[in-house]
Amino acid sequence: MSLANNFYNLIFKRNSVYVPVVFASAFAFGIGFDLGTTAFWDSWNKGKQWKDIRHNYVQQEE
Amino acid sequence: MASKATTARTLLRSSAWSTSSRTAAPSFKQSFGARFASTQSSTAPASSVFTSGATLAAATGLTVGSIAWYTHLYGELPLIGGVSASSLADNGLHPAEHPWSHKGVLDSFDHASIRRGYQVYREVCAACHSLDRIAWRNLVGVSHAVDEVKEMAAEVEYEDGPNDQGEMFQRPGKLSDYMPKPYPNEEAARAGNAGALPPDLSLIVKARHGAADYVYSLLTGYIDPPAGVTVREGLNYNPYFPGGAIAMARVLFDGLVEYPDGTPATTSQMAKDVTTFLHWAAEPEHDERKKIGLQALIIFGSLLTLSLYTKRFKWTPLKTRKIVYVPPKDAH
Ligand code: HEC
Repeated sequence: MSLANNFYNLIFKRNSVYVPVVFASAFAFGIGFDLGTTAFWDSWNKGKQWKDIRHNYVQQEE
Repeated sequence: MASKATTARTLLRSSAWSTSSRTAAPSFKQSFGARFASTQSSTAPASSVFTSGATLAAATGLTVGSIAWYTHLYGELPLIGGVSASSLADNGLHPAEHPWSHKGVLDSFDHASIRRGYQVYREVCAACHSLDRIAWRNLVGVSHAVDEVKEMAAEVEYEDGPNDQGEMFQRPGKLSDYMPKPYPNEEAARAGNAGALPPDLSLIVKARHGAADYVYSLLTGYIDPPAGVTVREGLNYNPYFPGGAIAMARVLFDGLVEYPDGTPATTSQMAKDVTTFLHWAAEPEHDERKKIGLQALIIFGSLLTLSLYTKRFKWTPLKTRKIVYVPPKDAH
């Protein structure tokens, strides 16, 4: 069976599978996208944000 | 009759379209004249309101009239702008653009600079300027840790109440209190500053033409008045301030504050830091806004690309079809 066929049988054939797959992948994409863009943002603005300088002012509270 | 004419027109249009991009049927030319003749009356342009002479006259009259009215009202032609005697001295020198570290569309504020700027505000500007829209809690996680802010707030006495005796009382500040004001009211502020009101600085960066560049230039721009310019007693010459004479004297001098992080406190460094702090105060959502903007552009950009592709995909059969008109052989 071809890849597309596999795909169809696995995901699209039943609505009871299809809808949860949509929800789950939206959830996973949301988290992944946020992690990705945040990582880029943090490296682009390295050293400028509060979390980069916080250690200068807060003693480790352990 | 009418439906027949419409059909003929449609055919005409499609065959005209097919000649421009594709090869037409060989018999096209002969059929054209005949068909056109039969449908001429319905394709001739109707005399429209857009082509009538009365419309032209009315539009001309309206244009000339409104220009005349504007010129009469304001004394100069619209859109062109008259010659005026306004000068840099009246409007203030245009501030130079400065390379702020948060200038780019993806650049966050430099929070170490915000922290130093807060120190300059507290030690210098707060003697005259309020900062009404910033509460102590706003500094938490931006320039200071929560314990530092609690301590700073507690050093200030706030009036609270009434208590169960109906009396107001003093208490140390809390995170939810707003920055203390230097003067109880506007009159006191004016009285303390030779009649001039030091404006609240919360939104000053948004409230001035030139924004942060202006505030920085103002703070560092004090010079002696040029020859021929006299400044009234109690005012100071600053070319960036509209009119040139400002009631605020130069307040920043090298070494005025001492930065705990070891940054040399030159005039320009302090001006840069306090301006960055005031920019944050006016736009606390700045960092978040730019980050969300980046995310939104990526998402919307992908969705746009996807929908453009889908549109072309779906329209392909329609866009690539070919319509050829073959006239009936037995036409007279
Ligand atoms: C001695 C009191 C005093 C101090 C200290 C002071 N200012 Fe002012 N400031 C004034 C007064 C008074 C005005 C109003 C000037 C006017 O309208 O002529 C003013 C006006 C301003 C303006 C508005 C100018 C405009 O375009 O209307 C800004 C911005 C400003 N001050 C920033 C600062 C900053 C930043 C500091 C701290 C580094 C500071 N000031 C310290 C008294 C002070």
